[in-house]
Amino acid sequence: MTDAALTPGATSGPRARFDSEAWVMRGGIAIAGIFLIVAVILPLYAMLSKSFEDKDGAFVGLTNYATYFDTPSLSYSISNSLTVSIVATVIVISLAFAYAYAITRTCMPFKGFFRLVALVPILAPSLLPGISFIYMFGKKGFMRDLLLGEPIYGFIGIVLGSSFWTFPHALLIMITALSLSDARLYEAAEALRASRLRTFFTVTLPGAKYGVISAIFVVFTLVITDFGVPKVIGGQYSVLATDIYKQVIGQQNFQMGAVVSVMLLIPAVLAFGVDRLVQRRQVALLSARAVPYEPKPARGRDIGALVFCTVMAGMLLLVLGVAAYASLVKFWPYNLELGLTHYNFEIMDGGGWGAWFNSMKLAALTALIGTTMIFTVAYLVEKGQGARFGRVVIQAMAMVPLAVPGMVLGLAYIFFFNNPSNPLNGIYATLAILVLSTVAHFYTVAHLTAVTALKQIDGEFESVSSSLKVPFWITFRRVTVPVCQPALFSMAVYLFMNAMTTVSAVVFLYSPDTNLASVAVMNMDDAGDIAPAAAMAMMIVYTNLTVVLIYGVVSRVVEKRTQAWRRR
Amino acid sequence: MKIDISKYASGVAALAIASGLAVNAASAETLTVYTAVEAEDLAKYAAAFNAHHPDIEIKWVRDSTGIVTAKLLAEKDNPQADVVWGLAGTSLILLKGEGMLEPYAPKGVKDLDAKFVDSATPPSWVGMDAWVASVCVNIPEAEAAGLPMPASWKDLTKPVYKGHVIMPNPASSGTGFLDVSSWLQMFGEEGGWSYMDGLHDNIARYTHSGSKPCKLAAAGEIPIGVSFAFRGAKSKAAGAPLEIIVPSEGVGWDMEAAAIVKGTDAMGAAQKLMDFIVTKEANEMYNAGYAVVAYPGVAKPVEHFPEGLVDAMIDNDFDFAAKNRKSILAEWQKRYDSKSEAK
Repeated sequence: MTDAALTPGATSGPRARFDSEAWVMRGGIAIAGIFLIVAVILPLYAMLSKSFEDKDGAFVGLTNYATYFDTPSLSYSISNSLTVSIVATVIVISLAFAYAYAITRTCMPFKGFFRLVALVPILAPSLLPGISFIYMFGKKGFMRDLLLGEPIYGFIGIVLGSSFWTFPHALLIMITALSLSDARLYEAAEALRASRLRTFFTVTLPGAKYGVISAIFVVFTLVITDFGVPKVIGGQYSVLATDIYKQVIGQQNFQMGAVVSVMLLIPAVLAFGVDRLVQRRQVALLSARAVPYEPKPARGRDIGALVFCTVMAGMLLLVLGVAAYASLVKFWPYNLELGLTHYNFEIMDGGGWGAWFNSMKLAALTALIGTTMIFTVAYLVEKGQGARFGRVVIQAMAMVPLAVPGMVLGLAYIFFFNNPSNPLNGIYATLAILVLSTVAHFYTVAHLTAVTALKQIDGEFESVSSSLKVPFWITFRRVTVPVCQPALFSMAVYLFMNAMTTVSAVVFLYSPDTNLASVAVMNMDDAGDIAPAAAMAMMIVYTNLTVVLIYGVVSRVVEKRTQAWRRR
Repeated sequence: MKIDISKYASGVAALAIASGLAVNAASAETLTVYTAVEAEDLAKYAAAFNAHHPDIEIKWVRDSTGIVTAKLLAEKDNPQADVVWGLAGTSLILLKGEGMLEPYAPKGVKDLDAKFVDSATPPSWVGMDAWVASVCVNIPEAEAAGLPMPASWKDLTKPVYKGHVIMPNPASSGTGFLDVSSWLQMFGEEGGWSYMDGLHDNIARYTHSGSKPCKLAAAGEIPIGVSFAFRGAKSKAAGAPLEIIVPSEGVGWDMEAAAIVKGTDAMGAAQKLMDFIVTKEANEMYNAGYAVVAYPGVAKPVEHFPEGLVDAMIDNDFDFAAKNRKSILAEWQKRYDSKSEAK
């Protein structure tokens, strides 16, 4: 009865009926808690404890860590990882800020188009820019002169590739940050005859401060935890994410893999923690009396913005276009005829077309199960009654995956699920573990989407239905789910696309029966079959593009039906 | 339109159960076969075997030699593989030393060249073919960079080749390991390492896979790729402007071999596969890419193969290679690992 003791408020209401309902609710909360403990907390614990064990499982304290720091080829990766992440973050933040500024604060034409194009990298696995750069900046690349003789393999390649795929993530945050602004501040600045530059530094930047900080941490975490870019184009420049792979797959040294994982977990958790602290200090910028800022035309600025966005959008499309083209060229650079030979995946590493079908299955199941699961849990946390302690703990656990790099989660899953004494051992090497790991990996963002949508629904619905003696699950089904349909769709699409593109967690968990398209891209590149790797990467892009288009059409139709209440 | 979440959920559950069942309801018998054979040949190998045994399904797990070896060693207490078909002889000798192979004399094994069969009775492993080191040079790229055509291993340490050579990482690649082991045998322990020190200065980077250096050379990404002859011949046939060099000091080689993994629960099927592996028909299949195969009198010349390759094969001491594999790799990693690709 600990539950009841912790939740004094749970006994209110018409008792006889409420009790059974409350127990269903508590049961749901308990299941949600157990799910998160099994999917996130226990595997991480298994991983941590492995880093303190020797090969036979005996506790050896910090011995593995000592070995790590005594091996320069391993510990160098820490500073390598930090360097590329910081440089890429500075580049991406500057570019994304300028691009977002052009979209929100200027009167340049084609804003909608530029906004869409900037999101293109989300469709592709992070392996794709690496592959494109081989064709652009490699020894036989058509743009190699731009690098002034420096090789693309290594630092430059990682920074460029990371910048490409993290750009949309930074941009979305920046656009949101820059969209919220009070025109009255600008009027005041104008009345006080502040110069443009001064206005920028005293009004615009402070207003967008929290967005920029948030974007910095997001990009930094994405880059430092990414595996795809350094795997393809990192050459001899080793980073933490590739080191984990090297230790675990290349040398089957699981203990050292766990140590490197902890090394990678530390900066990711720190970035996450600092970001949360900073965000807590954010105060409402927009008071009720704020007047939304409407940019006025200014010729020079608008033309500048247009030129900048055209160049940026051009570069993003070029990277994707190169991969599409390279996948069709018969034998680069000696036979430039076009054909579909590289799409014959059956004669390549990686599992052939079956891998693509598996990825589709994984993505569909992740979207369906993940959306159902995550939304239900978010509902219990947000709208649930009673079991307050349980709900707070679940809310906290739901934030953890955001700070856990995919490589770390994947390795943690090996330790936890490939243990014969684990009753869930049976899901190891099946599609089920891939679905579970992918849901867990992308849990937090989907959870936050659900919470945001749920917060928009007035708590009155729950109060009214409970006074009408309607159990909560009927309110959930009749009111909550239909009202939140836009959020449900966007969660499903988010999970689907990430399941298609992710490599990091699943690279440790796929089996010969469950080859995946994204992993196939990596394996084909590893074997030197770069054109087929580009072809498979493009298949992922085409799949995601199709899903996004279907989403666009369906959500418009459904929204007309279920969201009419939002309009007058 | 109202979407009922409970309908979703039951649909999902049904799907999950169905996909789970599909995995469990595998055909009559499945063999998990670990291999390092080139991916493009696997379907052909399986089809040839299935022509005789349609009821046994082969499930391939393919990776580079070093990875497959490490995986087998890591799974020692809980083996996942039933059969190894196409892994370096050195690795199989090593696995035999660990007591991980099930001795079995396949029907017809006595027809094979004795050099290709484990000397114990019954043998723990049988060889299939020999794969031989070679150097792939991209002719136009070498010309563009002003590189003379190398003729020997020692040539590759000349300063002119600095940054123009790629070789496989011996820890992950069997081809890389046979190179290193042959240099140590040809130049002696000390001479071998000092040769590699010199070569290391010229290496642009070490790749994970043994075919990749030649594929990179074929694509013009690097002028010179240290790889193996079969890969070079294949790329040449695909239209790459390659010259396949047989270094004058001699070339290292290893055999691809097969064995049953101890602890398999599909012994009958595994033995049937081993019986097929030593047949003349299978050896003719290996001959498509390998000039030297285990079955005497089968080998026909392979198109695009460099001349004099077979004569240049060194007198390889497999026991030396197998016994010292671990220490050689440890030494190599200590000296050169900073230039390796991930994995």
